Amino acid sequence: MKFVDEFREPEVITKTSAEIRRLADPNRHYRIMEVCGGHTHAIYRFGLKDLLPSNIELIHGPGCPVCVLPMGRIDDGLAIAQNPDVIFTAFGDMMRVPGTLGSPLEHKARGMDVRIVYSPADALKLAEKNPDKHVMFFAIGFETTAPSTALTLMRAKAQGVHNFSVFCNHVTIIPAIRAILDSPDMRIDAFIGPGHVSTVIGCRPYEWIAKSENKPVAVSGFEPLDILQSIVMVLRQLKADKATIENQYKRVVPWEGNRAALRAMAEVFELRPYFEWRGLGFISQSALRLREGYGEWDAERRFDIPGVRVTDPKAAQCGEVLKGVLKPHQCKLFGNECTPEHPIGALMVSSEGSCAAYFNYEHRKTAMVTSIASAA
Amino acid sequence: MCLAIPGQVVELFPDQPHTAVIDVVGVRRKVDLGLLADNLPLKGEWVLIHVGFAMSKISEEDALDQMRTLRALGEAEAAMQEVQGYGLEESEIPEHSEFPKFPEAS
Amino acid sequence: MAHGAGGKASRRLVEGLFAPLLFASSAEPLGDAAHLDFGGTKIAITTDSFVVKPLTFPGGSIGELAVNGTVNDLAVSGAKAEAMVVTYVLEAGLPTPVLEAEVRAMGNAVRKAGVKIAGGDTKVVEHGKADSMYISTTGIGRPIRGLKIDARSVRAGDKILLSGPIGDHGITILLARGDLDLEADLQSDTRSVLPLVEALAHEAGPGVRWMRDPTRGGVATSLNELARDCGLGIVLIEEMIPVRDAVRGACELLGLDPLHIANEGQFLAVVAPEYADAALNALSLAPGGQDAQMIGEVRNEPSGAVLVTTRYGGSRIVDMLVGDPLPRIC
Repeated sequence: MKFVDEFREPEVITKTSAEIRRLADPNRHYRIMEVCGGHTHAIYRFGLKDLLPSNIELIHGPGCPVCVLPMGRIDDGLAIAQNPDVIFTAFGDMMRVPGTLGSPLEHKARGMDVRIVYSPADALKLAEKNPDKHVMFFAIGFETTAPSTALTLMRAKAQGVHNFSVFCNHVTIIPAIRAILDSPDMRIDAFIGPGHVSTVIGCRPYEWIAKSENKPVAVSGFEPLDILQSIVMVLRQLKADKATIENQYKRVVPWEGNRAALRAMAEVFELRPYFEWRGLGFISQSALRLREGYGEWDAERRFDIPGVRVTDPKAAQCGEVLKGVLKPHQCKLFGNECTPEHPIGALMVSSEGSCAAYFNYEHRKTAMVTSIASAA
Repeated sequence: MCLAIPGQVVELFPDQPHTAVIDVVGVRRKVDLGLLADNLPLKGEWVLIHVGFAMSKISEEDALDQMRTLRALGEAEAAMQEVQGYGLEESEIPEHSEFPKFPEAS
Repeated sequence: MAHGAGGKASRRLVEGLFAPLLFASSAEPLGDAAHLDFGGTKIAITTDSFVVKPLTFPGGSIGELAVNGTVNDLAVSGAKAEAMVVTYVLEAGLPTPVLEAEVRAMGNAVRKAGVKIAGGDTKVVEHGKADSMYISTTGIGRPIRGLKIDARSVRAGDKILLSGPIGDHGITILLARGDLDLEADLQSDTRSVLPLVEALAHEAGPGVRWMRDPTRGGVATSLNELARDCGLGIVLIEEMIPVRDAVRGACELLGLDPLHIANEGQFLAVVAPEYADAALNALSLAPGGQDAQMIGEVRNEPSGAVLVTTRYGGSRIVDMLVGDPLPRIC
């Protein structure tokens, strides 16, 4: 696969890992946060932690749009779809996330019309094909995905498709990063920036992290060499006591972002005054909703939703894991009450949630290493 | 939010300028080019696909540049060791670093 | 119930509910077929049900899946299928041409596989109750001389062989459903693996410890079951696992792992190291076995789990699926 395989070349990966080892100061413990859930997933999938020296700690940030969605919002979306004329559509990522009365897939098993779509455009097409039904699209995602929802809504309006609405849960990344840095119990040395969000917002929005917080940022791609090169970049900056924004993912990320995408978002969305983030609490100006002009396609305006706040069980420590304060296995429920088969929180359900990633990929590796060590 | 894959534009539609068919090693799908309206891709160009929309064009030049830089890692180190072996001053091998690049005026 | 996808939930259902109530107490791990001895006459028997949507897809249809699936379950248990009985559960209103096409497909598949259909049954259920058609089969066969399949005989150092590329069937079905709007030049790999198993038995019989056909839940599920049954660890080398480009492309686009995708014409074999080369050779020379690969080996650690390693030194644990593989965008 072009533009994929090159960045997985074993010899170059070995070279880059060697460079990381060369740069890492053995007397220093580095805490590097990768913000985006896609990076969390890639790190586990490619086993990149195996290639790093033990004094480099990768911390998983809150960039997982499924993980930060409060349960109440899932309940709201499903409440809308209780109406037999409504078809509930969402990305596959949402399908097993537990609401109070079960996940979308569980609702499907009980007779609700629930369908997986790969694209919001497919949800709109479904509405066109089923004029006697109403198609509701449960929209999630950061700025990577929001422009596609926006464009879909613009097309719905232009084409006069009225049996279509969006339940909007798009959130923005910068407030989440701010919340992390404002957290008293956080110590982060550098950031691996979300490469795909940056194809939309560009690199400028991170400048305050370097200027005011004095932390290096490398806006990173998602292949092994991208992530490893980003680590090289921030290590070099830390070594030289520098803090700037670097665009590691040059081949795809334009420094100024994607103007057409930003225009589409501005046309369709506005910022909510505040929005609740699971584990991080209420954050102002951190989420999107449809503008007045698109009110007709806003599921929240068209339907009555319960709007009930559902708090996580006291024992669940999703918030601390989301912020990187705790490692997944340090949460009391991890591996016992909370597993991928019966998840309590979204971090265990989402394929890029740190708990699911840790449970699926890492958990038994640690046990293996421990048992080999103790047998030695 | 982050699963986006490189695909090649293999078909365009003169009557639908914001639609294309992309190919990912033999898998094909129609994608929406609306987000690249300011700089529509041509047939044969590579784009990054996310949820059925093209997000960005992929620069082959930047990709090659990245691979060149990475392949050269360790060579600077080897060169440095050679220089040290001669007992000369440790030469300052320039660090590779990305400084902010501003896009060309459109 | 998420129990149909063949992963953790299925296993729990079988082991937790069915086994204790229905099966005679036995220390033997559950296999693809049962080998019974009636006072000296040895018979292998298996049963399976087939549910697929759409009924026909590139490379085959439910009728062929039913025949090949049954033959394969017997083959990987170390037996040659001789005869089958078939039950059709039909949804009222199913168009006759559709039924006829399936019956024809089944007829062709049994002739190709060299199996007899000895009888069958049909039931018609209410409209909306059978997804058009369900097929259930029971197959019997004779044990293949020289093969003794038992997970408990697997040892550290044994090699793992795979008969060919993975993911073709599952991805073909996913694409055929049409919801994802993807097109690819792919077809189901449904076929009888008996000729390959017989070739393996002929050249390396004494060294074959265990076999399985990785259907629902994919290679990851089958190997996790083995790891649990034998208490050892399985280590695979990512680069050795054969995957067609189009399957790879679809998996990358949808965020799926080929190791979790269903196959209908492949099998895994664990072979003692001294027989491994002969085994791989036998497979690759047999018709349809040209893509066979040695994909890994059995080790003491990680006990009960499957680890996939890469050439650059990274590794990850691959677990059984929980439910169906779902496309993702994150």
